[in-house]
Amino acid sequence: MADILFHLFAFLTIGSSVAVVYNHNAVNSALAFLIGLVGVSGLFVLLDTFLLAVLMILVYAGAVVALFLFIIMLLDMQGGERKPFSKATAVAGLIGAALLTVCTMTLIRNFGGLETADMGSIVPVGDNLKHYADQLFTTYLLPVQVVGFLLLISMLGVIVLSKKFEGMEDVK
Amino acid sequence: MLIRKNTLVIYMCLELMLVASTIAFVAFSRFNGTMDGNVFVFFILTVAAAEVAVGLAIIVALFRRRQTVQVEELNALKN
Repeated sequence: MADILFHLFAFLTIGSSVAVVYNHNAVNSALAFLIGLVGVSGLFVLLDTFLLAVLMILVYAGAVVALFLFIIMLLDMQGGERKPFSKATAVAGLIGAALLTVCTMTLIRNFGGLETADMGSIVPVGDNLKHYADQLFTTYLLPVQVVGFLLLISMLGVIVLSKKFEGMEDVK
Repeated sequence: MLIRKNTLVIYMCLELMLVASTIAFVAFSRFNGTMDGNVFVFFILTVAAAEVAVGLAIIVALFRRRQTVQVEELNALKN
């Protein structure tokens, strides 16, 4: 059962991620990203991290994708005409294709060759909220504070960026 | 073709990479029976949220000034 669900969610995630990259319409890309996040959330549930699965939906699907859709709507950009490749793009594409080939070859060669862990013998520590709280307030207390500052600073930055400055319009 | 020149879509792909890294963190954390990977995902989520807010504000400011978000037209620093 878990295997079938894993394959289902994995294919959902990969397929929609490919759709994000391939779609020409930005709105379609954002919606495919949303479906991919549902797949990732399902994978997290299969890995016994229920809190992270819910957080993924809340933060990404609730805030990030909504923000993306809002900005796409606000800017209302159209496709524009295609231009031929530049030399740099061709080189980058070649390197990317080579890396992808190496990855695929490794995957095919070692398919099924990985040792499978006995999941029953490993204690799932991620399913208990208490463990998260314990770690966040002891070992990772300083990073939590730093991240809090980061959020504050980014909020200030967004406020300043979205402000309209008077007399700046002629500066180009 | 695969080449995206819309800044917003490029940004979405960037978010996709962050999500991919979180899957790796959670999976290895489950495999090893440790808590560190799971906690790290928290920080990735927070940073991603802050990054999206600032990045989209920059894109909107850019669009207000230049009326475009296509990357090949944003070449003010080129040459």
